[in-house]
Amino acid sequence: MAEATHGDAHGHGAYGHDAHGHDHKPAFIQRWLFSTNHKDIGTLYLIFAVIGGTVGGTLSEIMRAQLQFPNNHIVTSGQEWNTIITSHGLLMIFFSVMPALIGGFGNWFIPLMIGAPDMAFPRLNNISFWLLPPAFVLICIGLFMGESGSGWTLYPPLSNQNFEPGMGMDCTLFALHLAGASSILGAMNFITTIFNMRAPGMTMHKMPLFVWSELVTAFLLVLAVPVLAGAITMLICDRNFGTAFFDPAGGGDPVLFQHLFWFFGHPEVYIMILPGFGIISHVISTFSKKPIFGYLGMVYAMVAIGVVGFVVWAHHMYISGIDVDTRAYFMGATLVIAVPTGVKIFSWIATMWGGSLRFDTPMLWAIGFLFVFTLGGVTGVVCANAGIDEIIHNTYYIVAHFHYVLSLGAVFSIFCGFYYWIGKMSGRPYPEFWGRVHFWMTFIGVNLVFFPQHFLGLAGMPRRYPDYPEAFAGWNYVSSIGAYISGAAFLVFLYVCFRTFTSKERVADNYWGEGATTLEWTQTSPPAFHSWLELPRIK
Amino acid sequence: MQLTKRRFAVLFFSLMSSLAGLAAHPVLAQVPKPWEMDMQPAFSPMKKEIIQLHNLVLVLITLITLFVAALLIWVCVRYNEKRNPVPSQTSHHTGLEIAWTVLPVLILVVMAIPSFRLIYYLDRTPNPDMTIKVTGHQWYWEYSYPDNGNVDIESRIIADEDLKPGQLRLLDVDNQLVIPVGKKIRVLTNSADVIHSFFIPSLGAQRYAIPGRTIELWLEADKPGVYYGECNQICGQNHSRMPIAVHAVPEAEFNAWIEQAKKAASGGPVQSNLLAAAEQTGSKDIQR
Repeated sequence: MAEATHGDAHGHGAYGHDAHGHDHKPAFIQRWLFSTNHKDIGTLYLIFAVIGGTVGGTLSEIMRAQLQFPNNHIVTSGQEWNTIITSHGLLMIFFSVMPALIGGFGNWFIPLMIGAPDMAFPRLNNISFWLLPPAFVLICIGLFMGESGSGWTLYPPLSNQNFEPGMGMDCTLFALHLAGASSILGAMNFITTIFNMRAPGMTMHKMPLFVWSELVTAFLLVLAVPVLAGAITMLICDRNFGTAFFDPAGGGDPVLFQHLFWFFGHPEVYIMILPGFGIISHVISTFSKKPIFGYLGMVYAMVAIGVVGFVVWAHHMYISGIDVDTRAYFMGATLVIAVPTGVKIFSWIATMWGGSLRFDTPMLWAIGFLFVFTLGGVTGVVCANAGIDEIIHNTYYIVAHFHYVLSLGAVFSIFCGFYYWIGKMSGRPYPEFWGRVHFWMTFIGVNLVFFPQHFLGLAGMPRRYPDYPEAFAGWNYVSSIGAYISGAAFLVFLYVCFRTFTSKERVADNYWGEGATTLEWTQTSPPAFHSWLELPRIK
Repeated sequence: MQLTKRRFAVLFFSLMSSLAGLAAHPVLAQVPKPWEMDMQPAFSPMKKEIIQLHNLVLVLITLITLFVAALLIWVCVRYNEKRNPVPSQTSHHTGLEIAWTVLPVLILVVMAIPSFRLIYYLDRTPNPDMTIKVTGHQWYWEYSYPDNGNVDIESRIIADEDLKPGQLRLLDVDNQLVIPVGKKIRVLTNSADVIHSFFIPSLGAQRYAIPGRTIELWLEADKPGVYYGECNQICGQNHSRMPIAVHAVPEAEFNAWIEQAKKAASGGPVQSNLLAAAEQTGSKDIQR
C-alpha cells in the first residue's frame, strides 16, 4: 500500500524531484520498479544482460560437454538438444547482447554523451525494460518444457503445430513478440533523444561515435523488428488459428518465412555489433590519447553497413532453392559490406598509429576485438560466396564464423565497455589484475572453442547435432576444453564484479586522463542522480 | 612429399579406425578423417571447382588477417606509452582513406569473378543423363528413379546396436543411393514433412528438401565408391540420425542393380545388395 501513496507523488513526474536538490533518490521500490531515470534503467538492463548471459552460457557449457565425445549422453534426446540450442541462441541475442549494448550502455551513456538530462520518453524507457523479464520467463518455459526445438531461426514446418505441438513453442514465439516490442520502443526513444536533445552546439557531425552507432542501430531496430513481429504473428496464427501462411498443404510457403525472418535476421546481426563499434572507437581513442582517425569515414561506414545490411538477407538462404540470378545478386551485395567494415578496422589501427598507447584492461579487450572481429569478418567473405556455401552452409564453419563476430566480437566489446565505464557507473575501480586475467583466459578460451570449428565445418560436420561420427571427435574435444576455460573466465568476471562493488576506493571524475574527451568524463563518478540540469555548450 | 603426407594420413586414419574398432572399408569410402583441417577431397567436378575457389579465397583471407595482425603488433610495440610518450594528433589522411576503400574493392573484384562463374556452373546441368527424386522424411531418405520404372527405395540409418564391423556409426545406412559413375544426374529434392538438407560434402552438393517445393541440383561422381553425407537442416528429434550414403558404381553394375531392384519392387522388400556385389567385382575400387 505504501506504493500507492508513493505512486501519487510519482504522478507529478520525474522532474518534480529536482526541486528537492539534484541528488534526491526515490525509495527502493519506486526507484527500481517504477524507474524513469536513464541511469537506473541502464543498470537494470546491464544486470538483466548478466543474468541472461549466465543462463545462455550455462547452456553452452552443457552443449560443449555433450559434444566433448561422440556417443555422449549428457543430453538425453534430440528434442532436448534442439530445445537447448534454440534457447541458447535466443537468450544470447535477445537477453544478453542486446540488453547490454543497447539498453544498458545506450541508456547510460547516450544522455551523458550528448549533454541531455535524460531520455526523451522516460516512461517509455521503463516499459521497454519491463517487457524483457516476462519475455525471459516465457523463453525459459519453452526451454524447461522441452518444446521449442526449432532452432533460433524458427523455420516452419518444424515450428508449426504438427511438429512442435506443445505450448512451450508458443511461449517462445510470444517471448519474441515481447522482446521485439521492447526493442522497438527503446529504439524510438533513442532516435527521438538523439535527434532532439543534443546539447546546444553539438551538431550531428560532432556527435560521439558511440551515439552515432546507437542511432544507426535504433534505425535498424525500428525497420527490422516489425518484420519479425509480422512473421511471428503469422506463425502463431498457423499454429493456433488454422491459417496456412507457411503450410504448403494450404497454399502457403515455408520459404516465405525464411525471407521474412532473414529480412529481420540479417540487420539483427548488425544491431548486435554496431554499438560495439562505437565503444571500441572510444576506448581506442582514449588509450591512444589521440582523436579518432577519420571520424566522418567511421560515421558513414556505419551508416553504409546499416543500409547495405538490409539488402543482403537471402545469403542465409543460398540452398533454399532460390534462383541462380538472385543468388548472384545477394552474393555481390554481401561482398560489398566487407568494404565499410574494412574502413573501420583500418581507421582503428590508424587511430593507434602514432599514439601513446596504454594497455589497461579496456584496451586489451579492444585490441582483442580487432583481431577476432577481423578473423570473423574474413570468414564472412568465404560464407558470402554462394558457391563455397554449398559445402559450408549449416556446417560448423558457419557456427565458427558467427561466433567469431558475435560471441567474440560483440561480447568483447561488451566487456570492453564494462571495464571502460564501470568506474564511471559505480564510482569504484575494478581490480586491474583480475581484469587482465579475465581477458587472457577469455581470449585463449574462446579461440580454442571456435577456431577448430572452422576445421570441423570444412570437413562437413553439420551444426545442431547432439552426436557425430567418430572422425569429428578430435577437434570437438579441443573445442570443449576451450569452452571450459571460457566458462572459468566468466567466473573470474563475476569475481571482478564482486571486487568492484565491494571496493572501498573511489575513482576520480576522469580517471582515464587526457585521452578521454567525451562529455561523460566531465561528470562526477558516479554521476549525480540527475545529470546535465544545466546544458553544456559545445564549441 | 605429397605422397608421404598422404601415406601418413592413411596410416593415421587406419590406426584411429582400428582404435575405434572399425576395419577400413573395402571400397573407396569418402568419409571425413580424424583431425581433418580442410575440405573433404573432391570426387566430382563441382567439388573440384569449389575447392579451387576456396583455396584462392583462403589465401586472400589469411594474408589479410596476417596483415592486420602484423599492423596491430607493430603499433603495440612501436607506439606504446614508453617508446612514444607524446602522441601525434593526426586524424585525417585523405589519400590513406581512399586507399583502404579502393584496395579492398579491387581484392573483392579479383575474388568475385571466379565466384560468379562458380555459382552459374554449380546451378544445374543442362543435359542430365538421368533423374533421381530425393524426398526427406522424419527421419530417413527416400530415393526414387523415375527414369527406371519408378524404383523407390528407403534409406535408413543403421542403429548403433546393429552395426557390423567396418560400418560407420551415424554414417552407414541400410539402402544406399546407387548412381552410375561419370553420369550427370539431375536430383530433385522434396520433403514429406519438415525441411531437411541433402548434403554430400565430397561431391560438392547441397540443397534443402522443402515440402511443397521441388529444388534441382546435380550430382556427378568421378570414381566408383561410397560418398557419405548427412542431413544438414534441423529436422527434429533424430536430425543427426538420417545420414546419406551415395554409392557410385560402373554403369553396367548400376544397370544390373536397377533391374534387380525393379524385380524386387514387384514382390518383397527392396535390397540394394550392392556392397556385396561391389566387394566381389570391385578390387579395382580399392583406394588404400
